[in-house]
Amino acid sequence: MIAVISAGLGQPSSTRLLADRLAAAAAEALGPDTAVETIELRDHAHAMVDATLTGFPSGTFRTAVETVTDADGLIAVTPVFNASYSGLFKTFFDVLDRDSLEGKPVLLGATGGTPRHSLAIDYALRPLFAYLRAAVVPTAVYAASEDWGSGETALPDRITRAGAELAALMSARPAPPKDDPYAHPVPFEELLAGGH
Amino acid sequence: MQFGIFTVGDVTPDPTDGRVPSEAERIKAMVAIALKAEEVGLDVFATGEHHNPPFVPSSPTTMLGYIAARTERLILSTATTLITTNDPVKIAEDFAMLQHLADGRVDLMMGRGNTGPVYPWFGKDIRDGIPLAIENYHLLHRLWREDVVDWEGRFRTPLQSFTSTPRPLDGVPPFVWHGSIRSPEIAEQAAYYGDGFFANHIFWPKEHFQRLVGLYRQRFEHYGHGSADQAIVGLGGQVFMRKNSQDAVREFRPYFDNAPVYGHGPSLEEFTAETPLTVGSPQQVIDRTLTFRDHFGDYQRQLFLMDHAGLPLKTVLEQLDMLGEEVVPVLRKEFEALRPAHVPATAPTHTSRLAEEVR
Repeated sequence: MIAVISAGLGQPSSTRLLADRLAAAAAEALGPDTAVETIELRDHAHAMVDATLTGFPSGTFRTAVETVTDADGLIAVTPVFNASYSGLFKTFFDVLDRDSLEGKPVLLGATGGTPRHSLAIDYALRPLFAYLRAAVVPTAVYAASEDWGSGETALPDRITRAGAELAALMSARPAPPKDDPYAHPVPFEELLAGGH
Repeated sequence: MQFGIFTVGDVTPDPTDGRVPSEAERIKAMVAIALKAEEVGLDVFATGEHHNPPFVPSSPTTMLGYIAARTERLILSTATTLITTNDPVKIAEDFAMLQHLADGRVDLMMGRGNTGPVYPWFGKDIRDGIPLAIENYHLLHRLWREDVVDWEGRFRTPLQSFTSTPRPLDGVPPFVWHGSIRSPEIAEQAAYYGDGFFANHIFWPKEHFQRLVGLYRQRFEHYGHGSADQAIVGLGGQVFMRKNSQDAVREFRPYFDNAPVYGHGPSLEEFTAETPLTVGSPQQVIDRTLTFRDHFGDYQRQLFLMDHAGLPLKTVLEQLDMLGEEVVPVLRKEFEALRPAHVPATAPTHTSRLAEEVR
């Protein structure tokens, strides 16, 4: 299953548009049975702030978090605001457990009004996902306003390539299963011996 | 089942009038609350330990010793005693002394503390939190059980021919709880020693704590202290009551909305649905508290947080009257009727542990 996060705010949203196209490209490369679950962060805006204050995700937002952490691959798309990812986008990743995306294949996307911010993916998004130890595919897609009206095939080509890279990584190197510390505690003798 | 209250000891402005109690007022209020707990028939008073404003209780055994002198039945405890930043030798001495003064009405709960700067203030590092809790408690456990201790570890100067004085009252160390809201290592530690495990589950959904308590119970059995359902479990609780539930909600809402822990976040209604917080009539509190047993099994100690978020002392004392008169007697009867005979009714006390020793 591919989880898709869109941090777009508008309706309709170019961020959602890009997220859908990236998801379609990855799903096509993976095959017809691929499930896609899309999460609009705007729907969870209040719950996300609550979670930063209380330390736990509540209600339908908890389901959204589980969708992302349980997914085989993640597509994360944000608008660029003031030269970086949006606050809403960052808030979502702030409330995740630090190891919850470890080894998970991730495809990044961003949208903006001008192509001048295209490097935001590389200086802002990639370090965030590197810290979370996610496996980010080489191609990320930035779509400026003008890309949507361009007759050239640059944007569709990039989308297809990025989707194929995510599909390949999901097939070749799926995220490792999580160790459950509540099911398999470190025996006390080991703790006492200072092994951990 | 033992019922009681635990206090953080925060100095928080009353959001309804902006009034901030002085440290002296807050400290005396904590004492008044403890005395009230005994007066209304509760079993336990537990104080927090903190070393930074806006909290006042930096010296728990000083406070508990004073309360011991003014009470007769109340069990004096902590929630929690910092096993990471305190010297385990001093914990051994302080609580043995308290045991003698209080004629054995003492137990204590180990906790790590989650405030980063407190660790370096005491020469420690928060990243060593778990190893400190493991090593320090291991030493504490020996100091109370061996008259002369030779010891060497990673975190403290070695000891040669050291005797912690006074020795525990009647040679019986205080019963120990280990409190944790997150760490499987601490559940494992509590299980290893056959100590109690306290889950202060008041701020998060129950599913998380069910796993933690479940792990403790399973490992308690693994280490041969009894069956999983005989493990000694304590739980938190957080309530605000008035005769009519609408009055309780109306009065508590400004305190909830501005509370240091969850204020300005979820609504009172959302938080009540997701966590054990109960704001309503005494009957609602009874019904909600009984569900804890459904979620965690028969347990031995229930502690409520009553004095927080800037609630005035007068209000807290009224709450304790209701808790002692209308809620706890019903809960005692209901829990007792449901408890299987082989499951301990309460956490071990000095008297019960002494009887065990003699046998």
